[in-house]
Amino acid sequence: MNSSAREAKAVDLTALEVGEVVAERTFGLERDSLVRYAGASGDFNPIHYRDDVAQSVGLPGVLAHGMLTMGLAVQPVIDWLGSDGEVIDYQVRFTRPVPVDAVEGASLSVIAKVGVVDAAGARIDLTVTFNGATVLGKAQVRVGASGLAPVAPTPTA
Amino acid sequence: MPVNPELQGRVFPSTPPYLVGVEKVREFSRAVFSSSPLNFDRDAARAAGYADIVAPPTFAVVIQEATLAQLLAEPDAGIDFTRVVHGDQRFTYTRPIVAGDELTATLTVASVKTLGGHSMVTAESSIVDATGAHVVTAISTLVVRGDE
Repeated sequence: MNSSAREAKAVDLTALEVGEVVAERTFGLERDSLVRYAGASGDFNPIHYRDDVAQSVGLPGVLAHGMLTMGLAVQPVIDWLGSDGEVIDYQVRFTRPVPVDAVEGASLSVIAKVGVVDAAGARIDLTVTFNGATVLGKAQVRVGASGLAPVAPTPTA
Repeated sequence: MPVNPELQGRVFPSTPPYLVGVEKVREFSRAVFSSSPLNFDRDAARAAGYADIVAPPTFAVVIQEATLAQLLAEPDAGIDFTRVVHGDQRFTYTRPIVAGDELTATLTVASVKTLGGHSMVTAESSIVDATGAHVVTAISTLVVRGDE
């Protein structure tokens, strides 16, 4: 999907500039996206697929899982990094729900910008918006050099 | 019923090992709109130095989930599930999760705070591999709404 971006030259974390936009992407969520995420994650809370249940607890209707929003919001960073780095810390605050209309769906926009560059790598700050309002607060991704995963589970002697 | 303040510091029993499967990682990756070959293609992952395909950063929630279920089911916790809102979430990695990992999680209640009738419970689930080495810590802050 974004293969052209991935084939670009290697990411050099030390050469980043604060404020630089490293990735941008828009995601179209449909009700079936929520059902797929429910199955994949094991989160079967019915407020994510039944309007009647959502409305019975005072919500306007079916909402996207917060963890789905968190999960997709980091994907533009993963695509940008390729195999040149890893996510070592990722945090968000869930500040606003994302209602997903049965017909219209919901469109989420993600902008990933460099927040900090230091010896450990870089902090990428995400701005995630739905209908012009941000839905995640303090959405920060710490990225560092890759190579942290063992190739084989060989305990050190 | 307010959240029991004595929960703070409580450590729950470790969960049974969770074996991370290749197709589960692919299914989760599709669900979070991943287009990274490292999440799908075993050859690409191995070429990049990983033992097998890499799970997306938020996959750890699948393993963490079992520990949050323990917390919510704790008889003296006073946490009414229908009033719980997910406030914050964080994952701190020592290394990425890869297919083939056998992961065990242990939840510690880091803090219980009360703020204007609401309670905030911060739960830290430390996830280790089959050798006992740390992989990731998943931290959730749950907001439990008080009576209106």
